[in-house]
Amino acid sequence: MAVKTIAGAQVNVSEEGYLEDMDQWNENIAKEIASEIGIELTDKHFEVLNYLREKTEAGEALTIRKVGKSGITDIKGLYKLFPKGPLKYSSKIAGIPKPASCV
Amino acid sequence: MSTEEKKPLEKVCIICAKGSLEDVYATLVMANGAVMEGIECKVFFTFFGLDGITKEHMNSLHTATTGNPAMRMPGGLPFPTMLGGLPGVEAGVSKMMRHQMEELDMPPVDEFLEMITAGGGEIYACKLAVDMFKLEKDDLHEEVSEIITIGDFYGLCDGDRTQIIFT
Repeated sequence: MAVKTIAGAQVNVSEEGYLEDMDQWNENIAKEIASEIGIELTDKHFEVLNYLREKTEAGEALTIRKVGKSGITDIKGLYKLFPKGPLKYSSKIAGIPKPASCV
Repeated sequence: MSTEEKKPLEKVCIICAKGSLEDVYATLVMANGAVMEGIECKVFFTFFGLDGITKEHMNSLHTATTGNPAMRMPGGLPFPTMLGGLPGVEAGVSKMMRHQMEELDMPPVDEFLEMITAGGGEIYACKLAVDMFKLEKDDLHEEVSEIITIGDFYGLCDGDRTQIIFT
């Protein structure tokens, strides 16, 4: 575990850069992590991020299939929002742990 | 400190030649896992693996209840081979397996193919096998992009960070 300054805030991150404590997250942190990955966040991105955070808080395992059925976007749309890492990058930006799912 | 440069995988080419539930799903999980990691992915279905992309069979694949030493009863007791041969047993067991996979949010085969192509993965059918089983392009799922020869498929497997996986 390491402490990193993201968007002016001190946060605990894993070796791969995932936030260790999702309560340390805010929208500015999300924007900064996203820009490191090369993604500019829109309202649609935030809808997905908030959905992921809600589900994580509820203790549910996340899959791209679940996001695809959430009504926010379909799977193709999810890949457009988070290219090359629909679950990996979205989780990282949402400040939740690295997904442990294969689907 | 190591100065060795990391060379991450850039492309996986997966060949599925068997049509049992577990063989097709192994292929689909690996393919989907690749596109989710941003790795380019091409899948080639051949011989009995064609069942995995044939509209008529894709969503009712079976797992073998005979000749499968890893098959167990619910609870872990060995599954008697004689029982596995009885009519309807294989269908019932396969249905149970599909149900358990659904609980883990594993989609049916057709939806799984759509997930893979949504991420940019490409699905191909083997020309030789399609001819052998007397199938037409229309018999195959819409997500199958083309019927090609193995030579064509190898042509798609270029790149020095590419791996071919045979399931």
